[in-house]
Amino acid sequence: MDLKEYQGKDFFRRYGVPTSEGRLARSLEEADEAARALGFPVVVKAQVLVGGRGKAGGVRLASDAAELADAARAILGMDLKGHTVNEVWIEPASQIRHEYYVSLTLDRAARLYLLMVSSKGGVDIEEVARTDPGAIARVHIDPIDGLSGDVIAQAIEQAGIGEGREHMPEVLGALYRAFTEGDADLVEVNPLVVRDDGQLVALDAKVTLDDSAAFRHPEWQAYRADEELDSREAIARARGLNYIGLDGSIGIIANGAGLAMATLDVVQQVGGRAANFLDLGGGAGAETMTAALDVIAGDPKVQALFVNIFGGITRCDDVARGIVAALDSVELRCPMVVRLDGTNAREGHEILKGVVSDRVIVETTMVTAAQRAVEEARRASA
Amino acid sequence: MSIFVDETTRVVVQGLTGRQGRFHGLRNRDYGTKVVAGVTPGKGGTDVEGIPVFDTVKEAAAATGANASFVVVPPQFAPEAILEAAAAGIPLIVCITEFIPAKDEAMVAALLRRNYPGTRLIGPNCPGIISPGRCNIGITAGEIARPGGPVGIVSRSGTLTYQALFELSQQGVGQTTCVGIGGDPVPGTTFVDCLAAFEADPETRAVLLIGEIGGEEEERAAAFIAEHMTKPVVAYIAGVTAPPGRRMGHAGAIVSGSSGTARAKMEALAAAGVIVAQNPTEAGQRVVEVVARLS
Repeated sequence: MDLKEYQGKDFFRRYGVPTSEGRLARSLEEADEAARALGFPVVVKAQVLVGGRGKAGGVRLASDAAELADAARAILGMDLKGHTVNEVWIEPASQIRHEYYVSLTLDRAARLYLLMVSSKGGVDIEEVARTDPGAIARVHIDPIDGLSGDVIAQAIEQAGIGEGREHMPEVLGALYRAFTEGDADLVEVNPLVVRDDGQLVALDAKVTLDDSAAFRHPEWQAYRADEELDSREAIARARGLNYIGLDGSIGIIANGAGLAMATLDVVQQVGGRAANFLDLGGGAGAETMTAALDVIAGDPKVQALFVNIFGGITRCDDVARGIVAALDSVELRCPMVVRLDGTNAREGHEILKGVVSDRVIVETTMVTAAQRAVEEARRASA
Repeated sequence: MSIFVDETTRVVVQGLTGRQGRFHGLRNRDYGTKVVAGVTPGKGGTDVEGIPVFDTVKEAAAATGANASFVVVPPQFAPEAILEAAAAGIPLIVCITEFIPAKDEAMVAALLRRNYPGTRLIGPNCPGIISPGRCNIGITAGEIARPGGPVGIVSRSGTLTYQALFELSQQGVGQTTCVGIGGDPVPGTTFVDCLAAFEADPETRAVLLIGEIGGEEEERAAAFIAEHMTKPVVAYIAGVTAPPGRRMGHAGAIVSGSSGTARAKMEALAAAGVIVAQNPTEAGQRVVEVVARLS
């Protein structure tokens, strides 16, 4: 789960990472109230999960109530790279002496944690990585040893941290706790600023939590409640499906993440575009299939459905029974192409015979099924 | 021959008395795998359809000569189970458990590396390993595999592995070993480990590699193939159309920024002389063609 800035700062505070104080506002009135309480000048920041908010006009400075009203009016409700802004974070403007970059993540190739520190913060770090890779210190951490004094000293030295370096070990220690004890896949601070009072403060927070660790973090519920999803994604999650909305016209249902990805690819190869990624997971019984059909059949973009099942442990006859049962309760708005292969495929096809029509079509291979689904979608939209 | 497992492999199932452990453990035994023991703390002395259950892996190994473990326990307990098997001297551990927190996986990998360098972990979050006709540890349906070789399969994706096995078997092409390394960020066994083992295995004469978006595993495989492989390799990479920044099912399957794209992986593999297919079906066809040319 990706956290928005204000959630990320809350997360940081739990582990002792110094952050700027601020308030969340969802309306002009709330914004005004927050700014008066915090004291002008303030910064108004759009709370959406996209990078480059500043450049896109999602961050503005306000030195009095009139400017604040202008800023809040401009940002609240704006479309920021496809996301509607419903919340702004308001915090006192900091006097900044220097901007650093710090992040912790897993280096999968090395199988170690990776600490990155740069004295060139406040700008697009990927740009720094391209143009001046030497400006980013990269130090590995063995999970058994943790963040040692040597590692910290090495990072500070390599990155050429000057001002505020005496506070750096404490900040890095807190960030490391947030990363490990907090079960984050990524913690990134850009910029980590040296304020004019000499303190290091996280002015931004980019945090990705490891969903697999949710069982030991009941406190994440609060973040989850605030999570903005494509509403179809929220419905799918509530029904235990792994769903991602896309913008094509072919609705996809497959079992297994790899097969679902492959299905998207094949649809594109034969000239179509998928409306979604949907992985049924291990089971594909009547209940799961009904949920999947519900979610996808209700998507107005979908002109044809492609159900792509390969039976390994999942048996095709069970899947076929699931489809038949689901068709009883879900009204199909568009044609559905089914491809069943693998364990008990023949039995599965026998069972499907009862529902086959010009709206429910059975194909035997992935490619021919994709072609048929794309044809059906074209016909429907013609 | 085969890689990592064969007909002498003796398996202890950690979690045999659970619903999943019982189901897959017994299926593995039905396939002909020597499933010699189960382990569930507190249930030592009982049995599951004749398979003796012990409290610890150490006791199970001492009593039955088990030399491989199949870990099928919930994610909260899997890290400890893997380390227990390693401490008991089990050289091969197959863990199918999904949703183990990444921090726990990284710690397990670090501890294995430091304290048990001789232990091989396959998984977690993988379908397991099958050497058709000899040994099946995990959740692969044995009947879709075909004994006799000459193809070795290594894959990050479960269903695509089954699909590959099925398509090859349908066309009369057998497999030496099929390893599902799993889709998590820190797999115990990598593509390169499997490629090296297939290269060294005289019975394996061609390899099918199934990758997906995310990470750099496929790029490392490409570098290894260019440098060390003499046997033909066919590859398919899932996720060409995956949008950046969205996690597609597997913890590892995420395109971040410009790295980890399917295109980059396909280009790296093609540059290493690998036959790169555009979809799983085509991959099967390419392998059949490669095998036909081998004779």
